[in-house]
Amino acid sequence: MASVIAAIGSDKETPCATSVVTPIVVLGEPSRVAVVKPQLKMGWQIGKTVIGILKVVAPPFLGILLFLGVWALIAQSNNQIPSPLKTWGSAVNLFSKPFYINGPNDQGIGWNILSSLQRVGIGFGLAALIGIPLGFLIGRVAFINGMMSPIISLLRPVSPLAWLPIGLLVFKAANPAAIWVIFISSIWPLIINTAVGVSRVPQDYLNVARVLDLSAWKVLTRILLPATLPYILTGIRLSIGVAWLVIVAAEMLTGGVGIGFWVWDEWNNLNVEHIIIAIFVVGIVGLLLEQLLVLIAKKFSYEYQA
Amino acid sequence: MNKLLSIENVGMVFETKRGRFEALRDIDLAVDEGEFISLIGHSGCGKSTLLNMIAGLTFPTMGGVICNGREIKGAGPDRGVVFQNHSLLPWLTCFENVYLAVERVFSAKESKAQLNQRTHAALQLVGLTQAATKHPHEISGGMKQRVGIARAIAIEPRILLLDEPFGALDALTRAKLQDELMVIVANLKSTVIMVTHDVDEAVLLSDRIVMMTNGPAATIGGIVPVTLPRPRDRLALVADPDYIGCRKQVLEFLYQKQLRTAA
Repeated sequence: MASVIAAIGSDKETPCATSVVTPIVVLGEPSRVAVVKPQLKMGWQIGKTVIGILKVVAPPFLGILLFLGVWALIAQSNNQIPSPLKTWGSAVNLFSKPFYINGPNDQGIGWNILSSLQRVGIGFGLAALIGIPLGFLIGRVAFINGMMSPIISLLRPVSPLAWLPIGLLVFKAANPAAIWVIFISSIWPLIINTAVGVSRVPQDYLNVARVLDLSAWKVLTRILLPATLPYILTGIRLSIGVAWLVIVAAEMLTGGVGIGFWVWDEWNNLNVEHIIIAIFVVGIVGLLLEQLLVLIAKKFSYEYQA
Repeated sequence: MNKLLSIENVGMVFETKRGRFEALRDIDLAVDEGEFISLIGHSGCGKSTLLNMIAGLTFPTMGGVICNGREIKGAGPDRGVVFQNHSLLPWLTCFENVYLAVERVFSAKESKAQLNQRTHAALQLVGLTQAATKHPHEISGGMKQRVGIARAIAIEPRILLLDEPFGALDALTRAKLQDELMVIVANLKSTVIMVTHDVDEAVLLSDRIVMMTNGPAATIGGIVPVTLPRPRDRLALVADPDYIGCRKQVLEFLYQKQLRTAA
């Protein structure tokens, strides 16, 4: 493969299961640990089980505790930063009525999250619609790969927000411009991962297609698409991750309704508790999106055995 | 006997970065309908290349391969290939893997029910009716290779091409599959060309054993006809003088005449 895939492809392969995700997955383990055959030394067994659960639960619990402790310390020495407890109270208050509307610039947190998700959905959806087929072409046709390589290499490292003025200029409105930024920044992982996946379809499978002389459609649906699917799903995960990173920044600049705009609005109100809540909301929504896509990926990727 | 396949004056030269590499030279071989041919030789002697030429996956740089009166211009379902590493598609069940081939060859003329029936018949022939709904990763290596055989024979090819079909299997499974293959081939009266490393396998299964010299510029070093009557029984053959004679000829060829580059 030519430069783009060779150069960029390699670092995109690693499934980005972050360490933050791990404890949540592992939390499911105790149920398995707890199923131990009843034996004479019941007390000892129960003790062993409790230790097993502790081993799994204790590290993340301590981690969170440490985090809250540091936060509380900072809050104590700097009275502009609200304490964890105060922030929690504010969050309970905020989430008690998430879907109110008091005019265009004052809406519930639920509406803000949903509109951000909608922008990400549309921007990412368009990126997938164009990026995945384009990736297929790049992976299959050396000529197109050669054509696209310099363009992709040039545009991919551009900071997402640099595209915002172009969006505003072309669409003359904030909302499509924000969607445009999501589109342009989330399309690269889709193109590159799909192209790498297509170029790495094992020759054995393609030989099967050749000896059977399968039609182009069958080759696509029975061999290329299933063989590439794990790569495409990795591309989707990376791409949604990027989109969710970018949306906050884009909305800060474009305004309207959305979690990014809400952060900026609360900064203007000097409501620091809400800013901190927003940070957690962005983090949690991102985490949930990631987990959802991991689930989908697990469902669709075949067991591979050579 | 009808001549089904003829390899005429075939040579193969690869243009590599380090210059010309002549893999095969002056290969001439005619295969009759219903014949079982084994290609045997040391690693790297080009026997798989020769098989791939017959399959239409690679093309000779000299001479030509003529199948059924026409020069081979590409791969096609008139030749069924069983790959060494089974090459089943992991996202399809055993049934679907075979069906993919059946559908390609017969869907123009036959109903879906007939296609299903053909697929089931092929799986039954290799004794895998039970495993039809399983995916390749759920079955053993021997069963995978059986599915590979089922996929190749389901399309009723004129020639069955086997590329070290049992090379990756343990000795017991290999023996079992060899016996099954003999029965299937006898029933279907197939023409078979098989690449192998295994002298016993070659003698047991073949009508003729084509022995290849070491590369570069490998060619046919000799042909051993195996006239043992069929059906053949591996236990009875152990002490058969003809069997021992054939085996000795092949072993002498491989380990006396062609020993030098057994890399």
